[in-house]
Amino acid sequence: MKPMTEYRSRTVVLPNTDIDTDQIIPARFLTTTNSTGLGKHAFADWRYDADGRPREEFVLNQPASEGCGVLVAGDNFGCGSSREHAAWALRDFGVRAVISTRIADIFRSNALKNGIVPIESDDETHAWLMANPGVEVTVNIGRRELVLPGDRRYAFSIDDFARYCLLYGVDPLGYLLSQEAAINDYERQYHCVR
Amino acid sequence: MAKTPRTLFENIWDRHLVTAETSETPAVLYIDLHLIHEVTSPQAFDLLRQRGLPVRRPERTLATMDHSTPTLAASLAGGMPPGPAREQVATLQDNCREFGIELHDLESPQRGIVHVMGPELGATQPGSTIVCGDSHTSTHGAFGALAFGIGTTEVAHVLATQSLLQRRPATLAVNLSGRLGPGVSAKDLVLAIIREIGVSGGTGHVIEYRGEAIRSLSMEQRMTVCNMSIEAGARAGLIAPDDTTFEYLAGRPLSPSGVDWEHALERWRELPGDEDAVFDRSVDIDVSELEPMLTYGTNPAMAMPVTGKVPVPNGDAGLRRALDYMGLGAGEPLLGRPVDVVFIGSCTNGRLSDLRDAARVMAGRRVADGVRMLVVPGSQDVKRSAEAEGLHRVFTEAGAEWRESGCSMCIAMNGDSVAAGQYAVSTSNRNFEGRQGAGARTLLASPLTAAAAAVSGQISDPRQYLEDDGQ
Ligand code: SF4
Repeated sequence: MKPMTEYRSRTVVLPNTDIDTDQIIPARFLTTTNSTGLGKHAFADWRYDADGRPREEFVLNQPASEGCGVLVAGDNFGCGSSREHAAWALRDFGVRAVISTRIADIFRSNALKNGIVPIESDDETHAWLMANPGVEVTVNIGRRELVLPGDRRYAFSIDDFARYCLLYGVDPLGYLLSQEAAINDYERQYHCVR
Repeated sequence: MAKTPRTLFENIWDRHLVTAETSETPAVLYIDLHLIHEVTSPQAFDLLRQRGLPVRRPERTLATMDHSTPTLAASLAGGMPPGPAREQVATLQDNCREFGIELHDLESPQRGIVHVMGPELGATQPGSTIVCGDSHTSTHGAFGALAFGIGTTEVAHVLATQSLLQRRPATLAVNLSGRLGPGVSAKDLVLAIIREIGVSGGTGHVIEYRGEAIRSLSMEQRMTVCNMSIEAGARAGLIAPDDTTFEYLAGRPLSPSGVDWEHALERWRELPGDEDAVFDRSVDIDVSELEPMLTYGTNPAMAMPVTGKVPVPNGDAGLRRALDYMGLGAGEPLLGRPVDVVFIGSCTNGRLSDLRDAARVMAGRRVADGVRMLVVPGSQDVKRSAEAEGLHRVFTEAGAEWRESGCSMCIAMNGDSVAAGQYAVSTSNRNFEGRQGAGARTLLASPLTAAAAAVSGQISDPRQYLEDDGQ
């Protein structure tokens, strides 16, 4: 993963609440053994009709959404299935940050492992972002800050370790592997207990 | 000094800490059992190969194929048709061979949906930590195991290190008093719980289900409850192990035996939390007045008693949208509404007792004209047991399709799906838009309620049928 210190982009707003990972990528696209190229299936059933034609009225199909890397969504984004395909699809589609009032646990974890910053904002900031689609915002990971137009700042919380991994492009697997001695000790102490 | 009371969760968590968490670093949590399946594992094995890493504990890893596999005997015997699903299954086979992992493949008599198979084999044990690249891993919490779903990158972490980086979740006690009435099942109970907590109410928490109503449930019913913990957003669901748990596990292929069994029992009896343990939050529900439940919307919290009326959205845009998708009018009753498809199966309700429940309603009746009914056992073992009791004949004589085990219409990845616009009463766990096929409209219910819909061709109260039969 490349280091990510600051990310600046326009927002696109999906106001629906409880957007589950089956919407982010429907199950029929999960019969893949790769994690690449899934952006074309992101929100497939919302983006395309039954014949595969783009639904023009859907916000992600509108020209104004082109190049918007910050997704603002209704409460409880990413609930449901644990499929990391959802994070892979969003990343490939160009999303680098998701802002909601609540983000589901497994999706949050998957997002962070794929360079997507999950931001839980307060109701007021969220309401403003929902009402003002297309604004340019800056996600500053070092300062844990979301900067809105007019220099309004919102301090978001992010796990220290996740922040460190994003900032320095650290792979958490490397950290886990560095714990090998402790894992060996653990196994010696509690061997063969299932 | 008095000992601080502890929760079941704490007892398991603390015992699995390889390294405790600090503000800078998450805890390193040891994983006792890693379950894998064909859909969420291929990219994890690729990561291992890229890094030149072996699987640290192949003997703590157990694989099955369930999500994209066919449920028609002919497609299994003749080999899966060429295509991405077959490739996925073959990839799992290759990976398990290369890394030395035990796999229950299409030929294995023990193959099943991962969350049905684990408990059946006795692999799921109290006090252990269990993960799988699948959100319904919460099922295994019914045994007092800390069990949760992970993403594919984390699958690679566990394969490589048998450990996971985790922040300690909060705890939520769901206290259930009273007893379920006749015709009201564990599925109705968990739908009522989710309606109460909400689809995101459990986020960041591990739920422990406690109280009389839980103690009186069988292991299969407890699994149904824990299975759907994730539908309330929870990391995991837990039930303290007791004699019901131990009886279920005794003599299973992977359960400890002989003197090991005695030692295991001693350890397991120590697991339950203290009566006065403190939870971060708690919810109390009296279950005695519960009725059979049914969902009307596009998330599992949009549930109501089968005899109720669809709520009116007023200003609720989410509900408005859900009712549009479902083609249902605000304020209308669902009883009597025609249905197109009935699905009995999944890791929520695909076990033997679920099939028995459905058969109770179906016996001597026929699937209504115009309704397609699919009965898919949760595992090959469930299938054999059901056939030994003659349940399959009840279904086939009624005109239902009796299939090989797998996830099938729960996720509609294998070709078993519901057509756009059709209404399906399903015993699975998700009624999300498109979950059972693009445009499909899912109403989640218990096996009893689903069977009642199949024979009447419309949404029905199963208690009616049980009463008519004098059950
Ligand atoms: S039956 Fe459904 S919920 Fe269960 S593991 Fe299979 S797809 Fe997932």
